[in-house]
Amino acid sequence: MTYIPRFLPSMLLSSRPLPPRVIAWLGNVPVSVLSAMLLPSLLIRDEGLKLGLDNVFVWAAIPTLIVAWKTRSLFGSVLTGMLAVALWRSLAGL
Amino acid sequence: MNRPIPFDDNPVNGRNRQPPGSPGTQALNIKDIFKRTEKEEGVIRGILRALPIVMGYVPVGFAFGVLAQKAGISFLNTVAMSLLVYAGAAQFIAVGLIEASVPGVSIVLTTLIVNLRHLIMTSALAPFLKGWKASELAAFSFQVTDETFAVHSTSFGSTSLVKREVFATNVTAQSAWVAGTWIGARAGRLVADVEAYALDYALPALFIALIVLQIKKINQVLLAIITGSLSVLLLLAGMDRWNIIIATLIGATLGVLFEQWDPKASS
Repeated sequence: MTYIPRFLPSMLLSSRPLPPRVIAWLGNVPVSVLSAMLLPSLLIRDEGLKLGLDNVFVWAAIPTLIVAWKTRSLFGSVLTGMLAVALWRSLAGL
Repeated sequence: MNRPIPFDDNPVNGRNRQPPGSPGTQALNIKDIFKRTEKEEGVIRGILRALPIVMGYVPVGFAFGVLAQKAGISFLNTVAMSLLVYAGAAQFIAVGLIEASVPGVSIVLTTLIVNLRHLIMTSALAPFLKGWKASELAAFSFQVTDETFAVHSTSFGSTSLVKREVFATNVTAQSAWVAGTWIGARAGRLVADVEAYALDYALPALFIALIVLQIKKINQVLLAIITGSLSVLLLLAGMDRWNIIIATLIGATLGVLFEQWDPKASS
């Protein structure tokens, strides 16, 4: 059941040419689907919307964004984000 | 990004390649040696590309192992789930449902719904998989996850993906997932604090970086904000399970419309 959605499209679509509009649509998929997964994980904590100043996940996103933008390094960005969260938590005394 | 010279990436490779040690010319043997190092480099490049995923998968796989153990799932079944099901959110949900003794059919259906987003992901990758054999597509598709999909789509070249790099990335990622599960299931009783060392931020940070690397035009920032917000709103409206796929479908469609409205933005 986890396999069918992964397998069918690559099997059916990889061998035929697609109309440009479909290509354009598919080109938007990575950004869309990643954002659709990311934003809830940042904003929804403990089953409720948390927009307050105490949401460390949102704050840590800022240095992560900057490092990702400047260095284009996935590894460096992940480390930065984790460091930011760890630092926040140790300062908050948790 | 530097790509290796795709020496034997044509689908007929292997067939017209001479076996090593065959009575070929000296020049051919030297070329064979060069080929092999080129191959190894590709594999290494693929493994390195998977490292940020590994940092996310080991702790999350660990958490899954711990949870599955607590839900009374045997060690063997827990590791088998990570080997065969290999799906983050779906595995966590399944454990929750198994613990609540929900009938098998609805667990299977829930899993399908949760993972429908992969329909859109592999569709997006498909144009880059031209010329792959059915068996290769089958193996590749099995290891497509949110994270490997994203990494592959940031390394799109103008042509197709480099096979051995792709497989090296995928295998490394799943190994990390299975290893994390293994350790978690074994250490299940030593209640682990996933919040320690900020391990719970590894995957969100990876997603942030992956989105940034995807963005090449300014209107994609808008697309990311709109789709993300839509997903949050749908989730708050109680549409868990469906929020990601619905937000993505609407977002990607809006993206196409944006580009048609503003021809200057699409270069």
